[in-house]
Amino acid sequence: MILNASGCLDALTAPDVAQQLDCFVTKTVTPLPRGGNPPIRIAETAVGMLNSIGLANPGIDRFLVANLPELAALGLRLWVSVGGFSAEEYARSCALLDGRPEVEALELNLSCPNVEEAAESAAQIVAACRAATTKPIWAKLSPANWDIAASARAVEAAGADGLSLVNTIRGLALDPRTNRPKLHTATGGLSGPALKPIALAAVFQCRRASALPIVGMGGVWSGRDAFELLAAGATHVALGTVLFGDPGAPTRVAAELRAELARFGLECPRDASGIAHDHALSFQPPLLL
Amino acid sequence: MTPRRELLRVTGNERVGPYTLLRTARGGVEPGRPGQFFMLEAPGRVLPRPMSLCLAPTGELAFLIDPVGPGTQAICALQPGDELHVLGPLGNGFRLDVPRPLLVGGGIGIAPLPYTAQVLAARAGGRGVPPAVLGFRTALHAEAAVLLPGAEVCIEPTYVTALIPAAMDVLACGPEPMLEAVRAQCPGSQLAWEAPMACGYGACYGCAIEIDGEIKRLCIEGPVLTAPGSPDGATAPGSPDRAPAPGSPDRAPAPAEAA
Repeated sequence: MILNASGCLDALTAPDVAQQLDCFVTKTVTPLPRGGNPPIRIAETAVGMLNSIGLANPGIDRFLVANLPELAALGLRLWVSVGGFSAEEYARSCALLDGRPEVEALELNLSCPNVEEAAESAAQIVAACRAATTKPIWAKLSPANWDIAASARAVEAAGADGLSLVNTIRGLALDPRTNRPKLHTATGGLSGPALKPIALAAVFQCRRASALPIVGMGGVWSGRDAFELLAAGATHVALGTVLFGDPGAPTRVAAELRAELARFGLECPRDASGIAHDHALSFQPPLLL
Repeated sequence: MTPRRELLRVTGNERVGPYTLLRTARGGVEPGRPGQFFMLEAPGRVLPRPMSLCLAPTGELAFLIDPVGPGTQAICALQPGDELHVLGPLGNGFRLDVPRPLLVGGGIGIAPLPYTAQVLAARAGGRGVPPAVLGFRTALHAEAAVLLPGAEVCIEPTYVTALIPAAMDVLACGPEPMLEAVRAQCPGSQLAWEAPMACGYGACYGCAIEIDGEIKRLCIEGPVLTAPGSPDGATAPGSPDRAPAPGSPDRAPAPAEAA
């Protein structure tokens, strides 16, 4: 299935974009309301986009009262992205969402590069949330983690039901006129085409390390990009930065993905998932004489 | 409803002073209300660029672009026969039901005013184009005034605010310091603001600024916001307004900052 990357689409302002997706993922909700970071919040680079939005959101209490009913009225399959600054905060939000039947799953944002991280490890946060909800939990991990496979194994052991790979990776852009950082917070999260090989590597490594299903995301611009994430081991694909320039991307990418699957005689995305590994394992370099 | 995104053919590329007037076939894209904007694909770049509509000749759209960075330079390099994706119209344009409109532009902020003048003139039914005042940095930049015949023009060090008579319904677009000055000088003025935008339709939260005391997305709430008050001194209807920039004399601490 094709989803959006959390924070890259507001279904309430662009419902017709959200309705092209198989499932909508909300912008991350934190325990308290957050206005987000001061401008400038975004900058373009030659190979991607930097953002430092800072988890702007209405807070979990207002989200439950105001946003969730409106989202539910759109009739979308709905995942809620949950953020926090301690395991307890994550768990409290998960508990509040647990009883809401309109929410299909929870994605834990364990990796926003623009806010201070929780002191606990990803696995500790997952464990706390696992105790707070029976809904499926997807752990969204950072590609900045050198041993992401170890994190995947740890969150799997802690009770995660799936992996979301990857969040943005920290980057910096300078203003050529002033030589100062373009973003108010100096650094931001890099997304777009530059992230694709990084996402592919993360998905590839985690597929080998864990049996969990994977939402692959990072620089998907075309059906071929989506196909490659599946081949590396993803079971689903999410669209992020591409949505900004092309609100028709979900329909387009889905069509291109079908064509790409057909090109290899594959019937559905599941058939493509992980095929890069088969190839990698069976590939024999030719003998050099 | 999300506006239409179409691949449009470039029909013209003209120099106007230091700027480029890029013409495209209109396709099925509506020109919208003056002051609304469009996201133009920037060839070879990751993100599109927000541009207001400058002119709407029959069957065409025309955008005035200042080639200041790699994205705008890529757009300005397009030649007749090339194609680019255009999404729009987006956001909230100018309210045109005003009795004494005055168009105020600064620099590339002239961009939305020719189309605004055209629509206002059509609404006025032959009573002529609305008055306009324009300010530019240099004589070269001021060549863009040709797009708004009859406008009064000044060049720095004279600022355009010196040309604004009292008790007019100001519709303004220009650099932030100019808009701040107009906002302070002209109660009830409609100001077309600018902010970095990745999407133009509320998805990216990149353009969020303080509006009516809250952090809101300029693409959804604006880009045209209304200054408090009215030219007659009456209280303006509840239109969204932008908080003054930090350091402005009339800036009160915002809740978000106090937190």
